[in-house]
Parts: sequence; structure tokens; C-alpha cells
Amino acid sequence: MSRIAGRFAELKRSGRAAFVPFITAGDPDAETSFAILEQLPKAGADLIELGMPFSDPMADGPAIQASSQRALASGMTLARLLDMVRRFRARDRATPLVLMGYYNPIHAFGTARFAKEASMAGVDGLIIVDLPPEEDDVLRTPAAAQSLDIVRLATPTTDERRLDTILNGAGGFIYYVSIAGVTGTKSFSTDDVRHAVARLKARTGLPCAVGFGIKTAEQAAEIARFADGAVVGSSIVARVAQGIEKRLKRAAIVRDVTEFCATLAQSVHGARPGIGVE
Amino acid sequence: MNVANSWRNGPDPTGHFGAYGGRFVAETLMPLVLRLEEAYEAAKRDGGFRSELDGLLRHYVGRPSPLYFAERMTADLDGARIWLKREDLNHTGAHKINNCLGQVLLARRMGKTRIIAETGAGQHGVATATVAARFGLPCVVYMGAVDMERQKPNVFRMRLLGAEVREVTSGSKTLKDAMNEALRDWVANVDDTFYIIGSVAGPHPYPAMVRDFQTIIGEETRSQILEAEKRLPDLLVACVGGGSNAIGLFHPFLDDDAVEIHGVEAAGAGTETVHHAATLGKGLPGVLHGARSYLLQTPDGQVVEAHSISAGLDYPGVGPEHSWLKDQGRVKYFSATDREALDAFAALSRQEGIIPALEPAHALAHVMRVAPRMAKDSIIVMALSGRGDKDVFTVASALGEQL
Repeated sequence: MSRIAGRFAELKRSGRAAFVPFITAGDPDAETSFAILEQLPKAGADLIELGMPFSDPMADGPAIQASSQRALASGMTLARLLDMVRRFRARDRATPLVLMGYYNPIHAFGTARFAKEASMAGVDGLIIVDLPPEEDDVLRTPAAAQSLDIVRLATPTTDERRLDTILNGAGGFIYYVSIAGVTGTKSFSTDDVRHAVARLKARTGLPCAVGFGIKTAEQAAEIARFADGAVVGSSIVARVAQGIEKRLKRAAIVRDVTEFCATLAQSVHGARPGIGVE
Repeated sequence: MNVANSWRNGPDPTGHFGAYGGRFVAETLMPLVLRLEEAYEAAKRDGGFRSELDGLLRHYVGRPSPLYFAERMTADLDGARIWLKREDLNHTGAHKINNCLGQVLLARRMGKTRIIAETGAGQHGVATATVAARFGLPCVVYMGAVDMERQKPNVFRMRLLGAEVREVTSGSKTLKDAMNEALRDWVANVDDTFYIIGSVAGPHPYPAMVRDFQTIIGEETRSQILEAEKRLPDLLVACVGGGSNAIGLFHPFLDDDAVEIHGVEAAGAGTETVHHAATLGKGLPGVLHGARSYLLQTPDGQVVEAHSISAGLDYPGVGPEHSWLKDQGRVKYFSATDREALDAFAALSRQEGIIPALEPAHALAHVMRVAPRMAKDSIIVMALSGRGDKDVFTVASALGEQL
């Protein structure tokens, strides 16, 4: 069983949803982001999304755009990102790691070479925002050869017919985008998301995590009551921005971000009243 | 003509021109892009759509635009006979309106009630604001902060036309960032909004649809040159940023093997420097704004800023069909520097009494290089894609004059 499937199965047995933090590799610099990454499992991360910075993040709001720019300014590249993953995996064999980003840097790296090196470094899955099912063959084939899951996205604009296309070839889990919008902007309607997740779960055995519009511990808990995972990104990377603004030292930024993640994790893990009765 | 061997068959049903094009967009936009394709295919089959568009092109835009013989420039260069396709005489002063009218009619057919667009030089923004005003639709135009500064007259024009111009301060603050912001707006307003893309860029069906709406440039040129010279031209020349005026001129001639075709990119300070916009000349294939195409990028796949004195050519990508035509060798791509474009700008103003936009001034710079080497009975047709009123401040400052 893959690390992703194993982790979701464990969580299901204990009746909890996954807390999935997103950070951008290299934000604000390689060492600080590695220190944050390393602390995330202890802070309660069940699965980690590591952002691959891109110059033109079309699906992201201001917080993640700024985070990507900080990371690129610090010199982050895919090769360095994979080094970070290797260092992480040397100490943590259990926490699934999913890379999230855009296709062009992978295209430039060499798609097949990337799939191979990412898998060998210890990456478990890929979420490539601008590779819809119609275009993702080019990555899905080499990824499958390396047992890397391609995580597909479903959104509020996904209709029944479209859902077939998305589910056919999806791996790891389904990422439900809770808002029609870019990351970290609008707020979701809990009823709409609950309905959408139920519809997805009726059609697939894959776990279903929700993200894009979850900013607070309270919102994360609302989602965790019915979804298999809650992804928080923008409000985490915003803490990095605040730390820089306040001229905090690296250790203080790491502490602030991990404490914030611990709060989010507690909220997600305590969201369902009767533990173990799912 | 053997249709199977035509250069004009693309894209394939999934929107690819060979290895280029496609639909590289966020999942939220996929259903919209697919619906747009269906609506466009239905409109193409509907004679009513075409006749409404033709009527507007004739009575609102003033088409057909003249094909003008540049007599003094021809004499001065002492070579090929130079004809200019006068898209600068269209309503709003450039070829952009051809496409905007087509897309706004489509938006109405689809029941969309809000229009958004990106703009670089402001010509597409003005054309979009114009058609939105004509049909009473609210319009938001995204424009990079740098471009707003260097194209102030067009910013004011858009506001006069009732559009809201939103300043984009992310990234390089130019056209590519304006397009990112427009895509973000579209993702957030999926129900009511129609995104009018201004060039042959973006996800399928935009590159094919925008090309189809601009092909009127080449169709008119074809019949006009046959009437005037009784034969087809030897050479077509057009400037290429995203490449919409170029593909519009070129497309009806692609299957005429005897017609040589040249696209001209902006070389900025020179293609030996990093300050240029020669995407096809210096870029590598990559994926940006919904399509695979040539792209100015770092070895790590990060998109780099383009540089050109002309805001309309200042784009690090290019339409996917141009990438395919380059690889196939059917169209050859050259470049002209800021300096060469300024010289051509001055030459046309003084020799023909026509102040061109800085974008086609790049094409003209190429014409001025090649025409003297061609026989005197040979024929060049160049797309004069826009007029230069918007550029007078930029040119004045490049010449060290204050207005």
C-alpha cells in the first residue's frame, strides 16, 4: 500500500480527518522552509503539500503568489526542492509528501526524469494545477511507472460528465477545491462543500480532501467533520510573510508557523465528536 | 487544393497544433473552456452569427480596410513594391477590434453579462471596452502597472468608454501578469463572465477562434492584391507578439507555396542581450497561460520578463500555431530592435504621412531590410496592424524630447 493510502486508512480507523498543511519550498529561504517542513509532522501534519514555486501561479491568490516569489528570489529550484525531500525522508519515512505546483518547471526539468527523481527522493504524489486530465498523460505515464500518485482536482464547476473524466486515472486522493476562485480568497459554504464531498464519495473509493478556501482553525474543523482531509495553505504562508515583516529571526518564524499548524491540527483532529466511530 | 496536405487544418480536435497548444488550465476553468468551444463551434455553423458579425465589421469597424501602395517608400528603398494592409484605419485604430466583435457576439449568445480582458499596449483593452460599450456590458480590463504608465492615452480611452481598468502590480507588471490576473478573475466569476483574450494565445479554443476572427485581414488582402497586381505577393510580413495580426494575414496564404512569409519579433535592446521579446528566436517550448508554445524562460522553467519599446510585443510567450509554423519551416521568424523600429516609425511618418504603431514598425523595419534586395517587380504585403497615436509619448521619450 502506498504511503498516502496507508495514512488515510490509519486515519479512517481512528475516525479522524487528515490535517494537510501547505508550505512553499524555499519560502523565505531553503533552510527556514526545511526547518518548517521537518517540524510539521510533530505539529500534527498527517500529510504535507510542498509547493513548487513558479513565476506565474495563475490559480493562486496574493498570499501564495508572494510566497512563490520569495522562494524564487531565495534561489529555489526543483533540484534543490528534491534535495529537501531527500533530507526530510532520511528522518521521516511515514508522512506522505505531495508536491503541488505548475507544469512548466517540470517540463523544463524533463518530465520523465522528474517523475523518477521525485519518486526516488521520497515524494508520494503530485498535484499539477495546470495539467487537467486532458493534458496529464505526459506526466501520468512516467509517474505511474514510479508509483507516484497523480492527485486530481474536482471543483464547484465539475458536473457529472466531467467527474467521470476526473476520476478515471485519479490516484492518492481527490482534492476538492472548495471555492470557485484562487487560493486563499473567498470563503466556502459548508453546506455546498458537504454536498459536493458526498457526491464525490458516492462515486469513488478514494479519500477526499478539501482545500483552497480554508483559512482558520474553525473552518478547518467544519470541513474535517465530513471530509477525509482539510488543506490549509494561504494562511500558513501568510505567517511567514508576517514573520519577515516583523523582522523575526529564522527560528522565531519556524516556531510561529509550526505553532499555528499545531493549532490547526488540534482543531482538525478534534472535529469529530465520537472518536473511532466513523 | 489537397485538403489533407493543407497548412490550414489545425488545430486537431483536442486543440493541438502538432506538439503545441492544448488546454493547460486549472480544473475550475476546464468546463468553461469546453463550453466555450461548443458554443463557438455552434456559432460557426450558424449563418446568422456570421452575418451579424459581417454587418458590424462593415458598418462599425469600416471594413474592408484599404490595401495601400506605399509609393514613396517603394521608391526610396528601390526594390520590391510595398503594400500596406491598413488595419490602422479600423475603428479604434488597430486590428484588435476584428476579434473583439466576434467574441462579444459569442458572449451574448452564451448569455454572459460581464466582460473581462487583459491588455498590453492597450489596443486590445480599448477594442474590448469599445465592444462592451456597444453592447451595454460591464467591462474590466487588467493592465500591468508598467504598461499603464507608458500607454496613458489608452488607459484614458478605456475609462471614457466606461471600462474599469485594474492595475496589475504582480510579477513584471506587464502583459503576462495582466493575463494571470484576468485568468484569476475568470476562475472567481465562472457564471457570468466572458474572458475576451486579445491574441492567438490561451487555452484551446482561443488560439483557433482568435485566428478565425482575424483571418479577415488575409482574406481581404488576397482579393485586394489580386485585383491591384493581378497576382499573389512574393512576401508577407507582420509583427509577432502573441501573433494575432500575423496569423490573420498569413493564414489564407499558407497553402500558396510561392508566397514567402516572415514574422517579426521584438528584439528590444538586441537578441544578444537579455532585454528582448524574441520568443520564437530565443525561447524554448514550455507551458504558460493555457498552451504549450515557445516561451522565454530560465533553464529552471521560470518565465522571464520580455523587453520591448512596444508594449504590444512585450510578451514572453507566443501563439502555439506560430510555434508549429516555425518548427515546420512554413513561416520564418526574424526580429527587429527598438532602434530599428523607431527608425521605421520615423520613415513611414515622413515618407507616407502615416504614423504607425510601434508594433508594426518592427515589421516595417524588416521590410526596409529585405525590400532593397528584392527585384523591382516583386511584391511585399505588410500588415500595418495599428496606428501610432498611442505611442507618441513613448517615442518622444526615446528621442529625448519632452511633450
